[in-house]
Parts: sequence; C-alpha cells; structure tokens
Amino acid sequence: MLRTTPFHPRTSLINQLQNWRRWSGYYTAGLYEMSHEREYWAIRNAAALFDVSPLMKYLIEGPDAARLLDRIVTRDVQKMSIGQVIYTPWCNAEGKVLDDGTVSRLGETTFRMTSADPNLRWLNLNAAGMDVSITDISDQMAALSLQGPKARVILNRCAAKSLDGLKYFRLMENAIAEVPVTISRTGYTGDLGYEIWMEAANALPVWDALMAAGHDYGIAPAGILALDVARVEAGLILIETDYTAAHHALIESQKSSPFELGLGWAVNLEKGPFNGKQALVAEKAHGSEWMFVGLEVDWVGMERLFHEVGLPPQISPLTLRASLPVFKGSAQVGYASSSTWSPVLKKYIALAHVQKPYFEIGTDVLLEVTVEHQRKYAPAKVVKTPFYEPEWKKK
Amino acid sequence: MTSHTYDAIIIGGGHNGLINAAYLARAGKKVIVLERRPIVGGAAVTEEIFPGFRFTEFSYVVSLLRPEIIRELELPKHGLKILPLPSTFTPMENGDYIAAWDDHDKTRREIYRHSPKDADAYDDYARLMVRMAMAVKPLLSLIPPDLASLSPRDLVGLLKTGLYAASLSEKDLYAVAKLVTQSSGDLLDDWFETDALKGTKSASGIIGTFLGPRSPGTAYVLLHHYMGEIDGAFRAWGFAKNGSGGVTASIASAARALGVEIRTDAPVKQVIVKNGRAVGVALENGDEFHASVVVSAADPKRTFLQFVEPKYFPDEFITQIRNFRVRGSSGKLNLALSELPNFTALPGEGELHRGAVSISPSIDYIERAFDDAKYGQVSRRPYIDIIIPSMIDPEMAPPGQHVMSCFVQYVPYDVEGGWDESKKEAFAENVIATLEQYAPNIRRAIIGKQIITPVDIERIAGITGGNIFHGELLLHQLFFLRPAPQWADFRTPLPGYYLAASGAHPGGGIMGAAGKLSAQEILKDGLR
Ligand SMILES: Cc1cc2nc3c(=O)[nH]c(=O)nc-3n(C[C@H](O)[C@H](O)[C@H](O)COP(=O)(O)OP(=O)(O)OC[C@H]3O[C@@H](n4cnc5c(N)ncnc54)[C@H](O)[C@@H]3O)c2cc1C
Repeated sequence: MLRTTPFHPRTSLINQLQNWRRWSGYYTAGLYEMSHEREYWAIRNAAALFDVSPLMKYLIEGPDAARLLDRIVTRDVQKMSIGQVIYTPWCNAEGKVLDDGTVSRLGETTFRMTSADPNLRWLNLNAAGMDVSITDISDQMAALSLQGPKARVILNRCAAKSLDGLKYFRLMENAIAEVPVTISRTGYTGDLGYEIWMEAANALPVWDALMAAGHDYGIAPAGILALDVARVEAGLILIETDYTAAHHALIESQKSSPFELGLGWAVNLEKGPFNGKQALVAEKAHGSEWMFVGLEVDWVGMERLFHEVGLPPQISPLTLRASLPVFKGSAQVGYASSSTWSPVLKKYIALAHVQKPYFEIGTDVLLEVTVEHQRKYAPAKVVKTPFYEPEWKKK
Repeated sequence: MTSHTYDAIIIGGGHNGLINAAYLARAGKKVIVLERRPIVGGAAVTEEIFPGFRFTEFSYVVSLLRPEIIRELELPKHGLKILPLPSTFTPMENGDYIAAWDDHDKTRREIYRHSPKDADAYDDYARLMVRMAMAVKPLLSLIPPDLASLSPRDLVGLLKTGLYAASLSEKDLYAVAKLVTQSSGDLLDDWFETDALKGTKSASGIIGTFLGPRSPGTAYVLLHHYMGEIDGAFRAWGFAKNGSGGVTASIASAARALGVEIRTDAPVKQVIVKNGRAVGVALENGDEFHASVVVSAADPKRTFLQFVEPKYFPDEFITQIRNFRVRGSSGKLNLALSELPNFTALPGEGELHRGAVSISPSIDYIERAFDDAKYGQVSRRPYIDIIIPSMIDPEMAPPGQHVMSCFVQYVPYDVEGGWDESKKEAFAENVIATLEQYAPNIRRAIIGKQIITPVDIERIAGITGGNIFHGELLLHQLFFLRPAPQWADFRTPLPGYYLAASGAHPGGGIMGAAGKLSAQEILKDGLR
C-alpha cells in the first residue's frame, strides 16, 4: 500500500471517481469531481484547495544552516531575511539540475526546505564538517495550498491574524481553528495563493475550517489534473516531465542546467562557492545550447489541420505530459515536454526545450500534433512565459 | 451645437456595435460609438440593482460568441472568462427530477432511470445534432448568398459550401433541411418518450419566439443550442464572469485599446442624409457627428423606421421592415436571495445549483403556457430557465447570499389591457408560485426582485418590441431573408448606411457575428 496523507479522511470521501495518483509514495487526488473543469476555474476565479502534504520537507537548523543551504542552491541564502521564502533549483558539480523547490527562513539559524525528490542524502553529504542538524519532517508535517483570487479573503475569515500585510514569497506564523500554522504566500499556479503548513496530527480541523470559510467564495478541493493546467499557464516546470533530475539521468543529454530550464534568473554567480558554480560560470560565458521556452500554437493553423479532415478541433482538456517534436522547416530543433489547452487564455500552449538559435522570442516553429492518426505540423511561436499572470498575483 | 468628424459612427453600444467598432478601428479607422444609455452593453449588461447583488439583467448565458472574435480581439486579455455551467436539472410535477450532468455516463444512467430506451436514443440524437450543427454553424460566419427563394434543395446547396461539408453526407444535409421546417415537438417525439426530457429539450426551440413547441420551425432554433457544443475545448458556451456585462466590458476594453471612442448618454435622434447618402447623425440634444459611413447597431425597426425618413427607402423595403416580426414573448425575473432554493426533488445544496434549472416538465406544459400567451395572457404556469450566477461566480452577490436569474416564457409584449404595475406583479407571482411548487422555500428567500417584461426590455435595453433577438429567429426571418430579402449583407437601400446588430444575419444572441461581418462588408466597400 502507498501512504495516505493526513487529509485522507476528508479527501477520500469526496473523490467521486476514486481517482488517485501517486506522489512521493502517497495517494494524491487526480481530481475530485467527474471533470477537473470546476477545479481549474476555482484556481482562476475563486479558490482551489490542494493537499500538498506529499512534498518532501526538511528542517535544517544550527549555526551552519545558512552556509549549508547556500552551498547547495543556486540563489543567495545568506541574504534571505527571516520570514522570506525563495524558489530555487540546485545542481550537481557539473551544474546540472538535481531538483527544484523552496527554502524558507524561519529564524536566524532555522530553515525549511521543500523538494520534489528525496534530498536527505544530498543534504548530509554536503553538510560534512558543518554544525547543522537535518531532519526529514515530510511525514510529520501536513501542507495545504489555497490558490486563487479569493484565497486571501477566505484565509482572513478563518485565520487568527490578517493576511493583508503578507507579501509575495513571505511567510508568517498564524493559527487556523486554533491549530498553529505557518502560512507562506507561495504556490504552483501563478495566481494569488498561499501554502499552509501544520503538524500532521492537527491537519483535519484546518481543512474543515478552510472549507467552511471558503464555502461562500466558491472554494473547491482540487487535484493534480487542474494543477497541471494552471502550472503550465504559469510557465512552471515539473520534475520528471519537463526535465530529468541529473542523478536519475542515464545519459548526458537527459541532463539540463538551470539556464537551459529558463531558471537563469535564479542563478546567482556573484555569491560564494556553491555546487556547480564553475560549470555555470562557463556556460554563462559561452551561452547555452538549449533554452526552455513557451510556445503558443497558432489556433487558425491548428483549426485548419482539423478542417482538412472535416472535423472541428478536437483538443483534450488535460495537460499532455508527453514529448512533442518541434521543427523549424524539416529539421527538428527541440521538443515540447508539457502542452495544454489554456481555458483562461483560450490558446493552446506548450513548454518546450528548443535549440539555439531558435529559442529567441518571436521565432516561428512547428509543433508536431496528431490529427486523426496522422502526423501534422501546427504553426507556433516562441513566446515569453508566464503565459498567464493576473495582476493580483503579487499585489 | 458641436460637430465632429469620423470615418464611421456606430449607433448603439450593444455587443455587436462595439465589435463592429473594434474591427473598423483595427483596420485603422477613426470610429465613435454612440450609446443612449449611461452604460454600454444593450441586452448584455450587468447592473447592481440592489446593493451588493449584481444582476445579469437580460441575457444570462453565453452560447454562441464567435471563437474567432474572442481570438482576434484578444478578449481573454481584456478580462473575458467563460465559466462552465455543467448541468441541467428539471424537477418534475410528480416530485422526481431528470438531469443532464457534466458526465456522459452519469447522464446516461440518469436517463436510464426514466427510460432505458431514451438512454440509448440520447447518444444517437446528440451525435445527429452535432453533425447538423457542424453543417449549419459555418453559415454563421458567412455572408448569406442572395437566393431568390428558399427550398430545401437550395438550402442543401448552401450547406455544401460550408466548412465541414466534406465530412457530411447528403443524408445529413437533408436531415438539416427537414429540421428547418419541423416543430421541435415532432422532432423530439421521434426520438424520446420521457416527458420531462422532451419538455426540456423542446424549450430551446421556443426561446425568443412567439411559437409553441408544436409550431413548425422551432426545431431549427433548437439546433442553435448545439452550436456551442462543437467548439469542444474552446468552450464559447457558459456563464461569463461578471455576467453578460462581463462580455461587454471585455469587448469595450478591447475596442478602446484599438482607439474606439465610446460615448454614453448619447441618444441618436436622426441620421443626417445628404445627396442621398448617410453622412452623420444628430443626437437628441442637437449635437452633430459627421462620418463617411453610419452604422446602426440598434434593432431594424429603429434603424429603418425611426432614424431615417422613410422617403429614402423603397416602399417595398419599408413594408418588409414593418412586417418584420419583433413581438417580444419573454421576460425575466431577477431575484436577490437570502438562501438557495431548496428543491424537494433533490434537497440540499448541490451540483444542481451550479448549473441550469429548467421548469419544463413536458412539451404539453410548454404548449399550454403558449396557449395563454396566444390570447394576450402571461403564462399561468410558464417555462422558466434558471441559473444562479452567484454559485458560478462568487462576486455576483454578497457572501452567503445569492442572485438568481429566471428567464420566463411566455410574457407577451401586447398583454391584454397593456402592462401596468399590478400586471407586472401578477407576472412575478406566476413565476414565484410555479417555483414554489418545486422549491417551497423560494418565497421566503426573496429579498429583492426585478421584474422585466418585453416592454421593459424595450424601455431599458432599447429594443423595439422587446424581442430578445431583435426579431424572431423564424425561417422567413433568417439567413438571406434577414432583415429583408436582398438586404441581408448588412448594406441598406441608403448608401453609406449599414445594419450591424442582431436584426441582421445571422441573428440574435451574444454572438458578435453581425458586428464583425458587417465591419468586413463596410471595409470592402472601401470606407475611407
Ligand atoms: C431577456 C433577454 C435574455 C436573453 N438571453 C440570452 C442568453 O442567455 N444568451 C444569449 O446569447 N442571448 C440572449 N439574449 C439575446 C442577446 O442578449 C441579444 O441578442 C444581444 O445582446 C443583442 O446584441 P446587439 O448588440 O445586437 O443589440 P443590443 O444589445 O440590443 O444593443 C443595441 C444598443 O443600441 C442602443 N440604442 C438603441 N437606440 C439608440 C439610439 N437612438 N441612440 C443610441 N443608442 C441606441 C441600445 O441602448 C443598445 O445598447 C437575451 C436577450 C434578452 C432581452
């Protein structure tokens, strides 16, 4: 059996299709209703509640905590203020990405790190000789993510302290249903959103309080399918879908540097030594061979492919996590790793790895699609990500 | 008196007028929209009638808004969001219900509960309707060819020019031709036996008409309902965020971004004609605006019988416009509620409250509702199409309270003895009493109501006769016959004067096709 999260007593009752996926050895809901449509629109127009308990979570404490993390991740941890959260990738010595996640500074010498993959060994290897303690708190700590334009009013209705002053990528101690929680203004949807961290043993009252407070604002529990659409719209990468963790790669070409994943903004080459720095300095000097970009499919061109066989466009409402070749003329110049119909933009969009020089914004390329069992090529353009960023995301 | 000069003046800031303006501005033209009301939108407006309660006052669902317009004007960038309206719930007179949910299997099981035979037929019927919608839908974005008359054979020829023609068989095309002349009642009797299922489906065939489900021609209107379905993931069908006014707001924002000047509180009195050509307009207050072309995005009666002196039009044309049927037959009751209606057939808050609720227990029920209207009465037990916008978009009402939109038929424009306050109250009472039969808590939940009769539609939205589509979607008022034979291409007998709203091809609904297609024709005529 896989593990169930602390919210399972609630989520299992409302999962209409009993549609469960796996996430780090836990059961996680694919969707709760018969279709993920309302869950998706809750993210974009109300508020969606995700059980994100399966995230890996580590507590890193001690005089050398900041030094350890600074050595691991590509951003500057020393400069973080207390109550700040950063999103960051981390690399091996060759400057290839091992994982990506968040680092929160809870106190001068206390940090919490979240990641997709287990990192306990990697943290310990890097901590050799340092005065720091590393605890895997993944199972002890439950987490919820409340995402959408109504997230703040809902939290203000049920939290002990107002969320009004909490800035983007900051956290605060708070309480919900008298349960002590940490609330960070973070998420994986590119909308207004918060993540709520609490002891696993106290999880259920928090779920209940949020659901009750959110009732009048259209709150909807939501699963991975809706999340997957929103995160592509937000241009956010997913490990093992959009890139292969360097220590899972079997061949060199499966690995990516942060630059090649479009995470150059999260690489600080100014700070002191860190894993992969040398390689990244060299890559920066030479320029990257690949880039991770957004593709916007030209809908008229896409429609034409369907009209040729006498059909209206038939597009799946689900995010496709499969590789679609990208061409310039007849030469393959890359591949899309995630693609989806965006209901809010009414556009077909994709996240793609594209080779130099075709990754420049505005470049016309072709995306391979299948129409009635035949390979066709839909015209697409390289565009900036995020595809969708509402004005209230950071306000 | 002030005077201004433009390339084009658009009379009426409904969604078609705004779309027309946006397309002309996109082609580099200097355009002004003149709207008589303090707000734009026409029949697509959202207004806060009671503090905190926002009513989607007239139109309430988006069903046909053209995908190419959404795309070309980048409406999502300007705030357009079409939210799903996933189900239709029909409570029945015997205390049971029948529903179409947002899942194929679930719906099939639900129909099976009433009739295994209907459950089977349901799939085949849906497929046929989609295929027919595929045949007809392309016509919505075409200028209708000028055919002298309409016979089924001509229609087939016409359909063959369409986009999906290659994938449709001759048999499909003849099925469409048959549909055009059938009643929705006859069509549905061929397929189903469950009364409430037939009642609900037939209802989409009578919306906006002064016909009953047994009247010929209603089957075609029913097909309109399916047109949105073939958009698939594109989904141009649902409830717009902020109601219909949200659609208008996104179009107005797009138009402004393209340089369109929009003036509200600017009622046009008359079109100025010089040397046999429309050259401008005069407002009620005497202000004049001059332009190379004048576009009316108001209804055909105003456009041809009110804004311009009849002497500029051929007699025959004037007669045709006079005969154009614009009898309003629908009304609305917009409610502010302290709590949700609790349906005895399926108690408690649930999925049904996020979809449509249809009071349409049988074809006979609706036909009887029509019988009342035939003789100048409001239906005692009307057909009602309900949505609860606050359940779909939490911003429509204060938290914990609700707004409910009830579209009601039949509510005749020419009610016997004329409309007055007591008749309006009596109409509202018919609706509430009908609802009470299925959701007994409704009366005590009402904390505010807005009653809209066809006369109110005329008065507020400025649509002559109060017909929701600017003229019924009847066969003799569609395609190349709309609004009059030979004048279905948005041009009018008065040079420089165009029609761009629902009274033109391809008809009413929040569709935008008339606005866009007319802009194309104006540009083709070489607007300088
Ligand atoms: C009660 C009701 C319910 C409906 N429900 C739906 C629905 O759910 N879904 C759907 O798709 N469609 C629905 N419709 C139909 C749809 O709303 C209309 O067909 C559509 O909005 C008409 O748009 P338009 O731009 O063609 O004209 P209008 O919206 O009628 O715009 C015409 C504009 O011209 C203005 N005007 C008139 N005279 C003058 C003047 N002298 N000077 C300046 N301006 C003037 C008016 O004020 C108005 O703003 C409904 C309509 C009604 C009335």
